[in-house]
Amino acid sequence: MRSRHAFDDVPRAQEFRAYVAGAGGRLLHTATLLTAEPRDANPRAQRLLTLALARTYACWDRLHGEDPYDHTRRYLMIRFALSTLRYGGRLPFRPPPGGPLAGLSPQERLILVMRLHEGIGEDQTAALLGLPAERVRAVQNRAMAVMLRPAPGSAPAQGARRHGAVMTGEAR
Amino acid sequence: MNRSDREERVRRLMVAGPPVLPPDLAAEAVRRGARMLRRRTYARRVLWLLLCAAAVVFTVWALTARPWVEPPSDTTPPLTGW
Repeated sequence: MRSRHAFDDVPRAQEFRAYVAGAGGRLLHTATLLTAEPRDANPRAQRLLTLALARTYACWDRLHGEDPYDHTRRYLMIRFALSTLRYGGRLPFRPPPGGPLAGLSPQERLILVMRLHEGIGEDQTAALLGLPAERVRAVQNRAMAVMLRPAPGSAPAQGARRHGAVMTGEAR
Repeated sequence: MNRSDREERVRRLMVAGPPVLPPDLAAEAVRRGARMLRRRTYARRVLWLLLCAAAVVFTVWALTARPWVEPPSDTTPPLTGW
């Protein structure tokens, strides 16, 4: 019978720590964008990332050359998508204002982060989320239109143009 | 403003201000991951044990009950006084 220490043996844990030291900051940034929490108060993003990293650690010996970053990121995205699905497309909490994506719905955030922040291709994003690629594109256009909307109180001419942008964005 | 310009602007909005990684996050992930591995190993061990026990029980039952032997007929009366 293997000892308890066989499960957190030293070489694997050292490799894993080196990986977290290298990629953890970027992953936490991604998670914080998803949960739309402010950068200095992100307990939910930290929890999401911890669970995803724990899973990567458990699969560490079976990665067989697969990029651990891809592994963690995929689980992070899937877990976030499932957690929003469970509560009818909304989050079970109201994120405190502060994150740059706070004005978007969870699905819009997810697709925007996957496509633009992580640079995942449209087809791959669609496959991971089980959506048609056209839908991914439409949601991304809508989210970008919301993000680039000029601040309230600007000139009405800009507002009219923005409305046009939203319409073409959704027609695509 | 074309599409790639818009994408670039949104990307720039997102990369601003990355959060700081808490130092104990890796240790917590290792702890949880090790627990996950331990549970998986125990579950696998229990399943193998059940499989072996089932195989042993089946063998013993087959050797004692001998289901492949034709059962003695009890519908024909014994032939006596012939």
